[in-house]
Amino acid sequence: MKAPAFRYARPESLDEAVSLLAQYGSEARVLAGGQSLMPMLNLRLLAPSVLVDINRIPGLSEITAHPQGIQIGATARHAAVLYSEEVARAAPLLALALPHVAHLAVRNRGTHGGSCALADPSAELPACALALEASFVLRGPGGERRVAAQEFFRGLYETALGADELLVRVDYPRAQAGRRYGFDEVARRRGDFAIAGLAAAARVEGGALRAARLAFFGVADRPVLVTGASREEVRERMETIEVAGSSVYPPDYRRRLMRVLLERVLDAIGK
Amino acid sequence: MQPRASFQAVGRPLPRAGTRRLLAGRGKYVDDIALPRMLHAAFLRSPYAHARIARVDLTRARAAPGVLAVYEWNDLKGTVEPWQSRSAAFPGLASPPQSPLAAGRCAWQGEPVVMALAETRAAAEDALELAEIDWEELPAAVGLERALAPRAPAVHPGLAHNVAWSKETLGGDPDGMFAAAALVVETEVRFARLTGVTLEPRGLVADWDPAGQLLTVHYSHQMPHQMQAHLAEFFGLAADRVRVIVPDVGGGFGVKMHVYPDEIAAIAAAVRLARPVKFIADRLESLASDIHAREHAVRARMALDGEGQILGFDVDHRHGAGAYSVYPRGSPVESSAALHLVGAPYRFAHFRGRLTVALQNKAMTGQYRSVGHPIAVLVTERLVELAARARGEDSLALRRRNFTPPGDAPYVNGAGQRLFDVSHEACLQALERLADLPRVRETLQAARAAGRALGFGVACYVEMTATGAEAYGRAGVPVSAADSVSLSVELSGAVRCAASVTEIGQGVTQAVAQAVADGVGVPVERVIVHTGDTAQVPHGGGAWASRGAAIGAEAAWLGARRLRENILAAAARLLGADEESLELRDGKIVGQRGEARLELSELAHIAAFKGYEFPEGFQPQLSVMHHYRRPKDLFLPANGVQAALVEVDLDTGLVRPLRHWAVCDCGRVINPLLVEEQLRGGIVQGIGEALYEELRYGEDGHLETGTLAEYLVPMAAEMPDIAVAHVQTPYAGTSLGAKGAGEAGAAAAPAAILNAVNDALAPHGAALESLPVSPAAVLAALRK
Amino acid sequence: MKESLTEREIRLIVNGREVRARVPVRKSLVDWLREDQGLTGSHVGCEHGVCGACSVVLDGAVVRGCLTLAVQADGARVETIEGATEAGRLARLQEAFYQRAALQCGFCTPGMLLVAAELLERNPRPSRDEIRDALSGNLCRCTGYHAIVDAVEAAAAGTR
Repeated sequence: MKAPAFRYARPESLDEAVSLLAQYGSEARVLAGGQSLMPMLNLRLLAPSVLVDINRIPGLSEITAHPQGIQIGATARHAAVLYSEEVARAAPLLALALPHVAHLAVRNRGTHGGSCALADPSAELPACALALEASFVLRGPGGERRVAAQEFFRGLYETALGADELLVRVDYPRAQAGRRYGFDEVARRRGDFAIAGLAAAARVEGGALRAARLAFFGVADRPVLVTGASREEVRERMETIEVAGSSVYPPDYRRRLMRVLLERVLDAIGK
Repeated sequence: MQPRASFQAVGRPLPRAGTRRLLAGRGKYVDDIALPRMLHAAFLRSPYAHARIARVDLTRARAAPGVLAVYEWNDLKGTVEPWQSRSAAFPGLASPPQSPLAAGRCAWQGEPVVMALAETRAAAEDALELAEIDWEELPAAVGLERALAPRAPAVHPGLAHNVAWSKETLGGDPDGMFAAAALVVETEVRFARLTGVTLEPRGLVADWDPAGQLLTVHYSHQMPHQMQAHLAEFFGLAADRVRVIVPDVGGGFGVKMHVYPDEIAAIAAAVRLARPVKFIADRLESLASDIHAREHAVRARMALDGEGQILGFDVDHRHGAGAYSVYPRGSPVESSAALHLVGAPYRFAHFRGRLTVALQNKAMTGQYRSVGHPIAVLVTERLVELAARARGEDSLALRRRNFTPPGDAPYVNGAGQRLFDVSHEACLQALERLADLPRVRETLQAARAAGRALGFGVACYVEMTATGAEAYGRAGVPVSAADSVSLSVELSGAVRCAASVTEIGQGVTQAVAQAVADGVGVPVERVIVHTGDTAQVPHGGGAWASRGAAIGAEAAWLGARRLRENILAAAARLLGADEESLELRDGKIVGQRGEARLELSELAHIAAFKGYEFPEGFQPQLSVMHHYRRPKDLFLPANGVQAALVEVDLDTGLVRPLRHWAVCDCGRVINPLLVEEQLRGGIVQGIGEALYEELRYGEDGHLETGTLAEYLVPMAAEMPDIAVAHVQTPYAGTSLGAKGAGEAGAAAAPAAILNAVNDALAPHGAALESLPVSPAAVLAALRK
Repeated sequence: MKESLTEREIRLIVNGREVRARVPVRKSLVDWLREDQGLTGSHVGCEHGVCGACSVVLDGAVVRGCLTLAVQADGARVETIEGATEAGRLARLQEAFYQRAALQCGFCTPGMLLVAAELLERNPRPSRDEIRDALSGNLCRCTGYHAIVDAVEAAAAGTR
């Protein structure tokens, strides 16, 4: 179980990375933390001709707080984001979610941008980005563009990223006073991809839920957003989601978990 | 026979000395071995459950960079012979011959078809991508029911049906008894396919020296002498021309005791090329082609009289063997054991057991830790709970009323099991103390009052350990149930012991060291134990059937006593003393008042360099060889009880084990520390069997759980703390009195967990009978 | 722009010593350490990032040696079980594992020790649940974990 042969490029600037991607197109794969890409290579599920290792691009792993929010560079490690006090203040949902992401050694290497760019439907961070109205900064041959989370996740392992584009960072708006955040997921074992999960942001007024943004994950081909002005409303809207299933976790079971997660997370937010 | 000396080391919870190396990263596992000119083997495996191989073209593969050879079966014919699973224990067993690479047809997904030998494993895998094969897919029989159904596709061409073997066992008068019984309870349980998942995968480095005519195989294996015999046969060599060396082994659990086609093919390549060949199964290969286990469907009934005495059982048992019966022991071993162990903790006179073992287009099932026991224990303990519920009584009271009696007089139950030296009541009492049962009941009540679904479950068990020679000997299967040691005094005064048992992590070398230390009279840290090399250690059984302490350590003890006598005889001659007046204590020869007379190292020096100091004509014998086969009792029944406390999340269906308790009677405990860890490890494997582990195949025979992302093994976060206590009923037939302990944990944990889950679900009117307990199944049972 | 290659020169610190080597770019860090540097204390258990047997320390943090390419360690500091043992920084854990029989086959042990050491650096007095959480990405098929948790707890208690 050894990776197939490929060539390896290690750009030292964003421009160089982008021009490599432009040069190789879909033949290339971006290597960030490698925690999903490397298993796929070892299993020979992928055979890219070039890996573009973005780990040495200066500044790409920086976490930068500013009054309006926080910018998390594409190659910021999960561990760095998890232990960052700036992140905990600016985007507390991430601090709630990251302990659920894999395990210690994987968090030490896996990256924020990598997880988002892979767009595994069971992953935690895309759902957080959706709930938090994050935007994704992409860089291509023509320069930078910004894509809202809702537009970024397009399907199973599919994003708005073009073959010649690189995800540079994820921008999260700063948590506002009065907004609360909740996160929970159901998995057989700690660190497993979730059978179903929920990342939630909401305003709570006098114990009542207002303006909720709920991002369910693990239940469809991408994280699914449900918004509403009350608990009743999100309950109702949640039922319209088409839920995917498997032989072990049938759609009905997953839908049941969504209902359970909704109540649990909103109860926790309300407390 | 009782030992003369009192035990010093035996019975002490000593850490295993050999683990210091492993902790420092200085273990030497088979993949750590690199020989000059060594090649790496990789396999192209059948993507289909059943297919004819219409055309093979290896031209491009053979031309790939770094590739020395690419073989299909035709290339190996003449180098190595096929084999066939046969056993007098399973007369009429239907299992065709197997070859190391598929001979024109594949009968299971994962069967090796083409082997590449290259300078690196990566290059070998690259070459296999260039192999061109035309497949003609054939109809496959996959599911257990489907394989046994009328007009099922034949697993192998020409088979009239897919029954590999079947039998019926009768004891007493089951029909009459069931007709007259006051209460009959019934269960239908299913056990998913599992596998052992040794963290170190199977592997070997084979090296054929045509000049010296010697085949050396460094082999991650539980039984070096068994493999020596098989390789000699398959390659047409005298057994003495085959040397099997077992280095550090990264777990066995029954996975590493069989003949695997890929391993034999890699050895054949080493013979063909006269270059060392390494084959290390990767994790995909492990999950697809290590022996699988379980896959049983059991319908069972139990009858009781009006007083709640168990009268007997009626068991209908189906078991999936896979495409072939595993070589050499045979796949029916597990179901046969499971069938006959039903009801083993209890007295009963009547029994009917029907067993059907099915061939299927899937990987072979074989002997995984606790062979058959988890099935028998779960069937029995599920029925016991159902009966207690039906009678409206405490299930512990029902168990107590029915336990087989203690004492050494054998009790033979209706299924033909011979039980003696068991201690069910004592173990149950020990469990009540260990778990503080009244407090557990309070916890349960308080939690339930608070709306939490906690459950407590118990499982009593008998584990048949340390199999005797009659089992495989009479079956005509060359698996040794005896063990041997060679012992010698080093110049330093240390005692060196070469033992036929195999160290696979279970710690048997420490048990042997403790037996030798006490047997001779030296400190335990002065005993050096070697295992695992057929050129260096005498012949014996290796590691299987929880036999290391009961047979291997007994052999070591008996040899050590003889060595001690030789030492004292030599010392007496040297000192001109009466042999009876000398003792060997702590490595010193002492007189009757304990006064030091001679260091053992001094004696060894004199024997080595100044033999003339002994009286004329006397030759000191500071080494002995000893062979031991237990002369009676086919099995040593160990017994015990486990209990589990679990919480079921009624909303998600997830089951969380909260606490686990185990009481084990494995006879005299040579090393309680290591026995307890054997139990804990086995229990967690049993929890995996109960809650997580499942090899799922699609209808077409495609393995859907081919990586560790899909095949879920227990990890640290979900596992409970496990409390262990001992009851000791030494076996009277040996000096040490030890029975086996290696598999008891796995034997009873699934049943304890399932009973606990059902206890938690009972107030909600739900029950489950299949393993593993999936969260979706829990919610389905709750009708949620 | 640098050319993409299938082999590449790397220069790094392995267990405190500088090493220069030419590596196939597709080779994993753990394979390179084991096969080319003779550091066989890190083990290969699954090669898809699940089991943790291949754990090594890369620039101070434990990573999966099977999910990192050797070429990516260019310019980094790499420490394996051999180096950490030699440096003595695992001594307390190793002694606790030994006394508590917190290993059987030993194949998972180097990874367990390195992860436990990183946990204790961050959290010198972890609870049993925190220990279990930290070790939850390392498969042990032999012990059932209880003894490992005990040993880490004992090592922590012995740490001032």
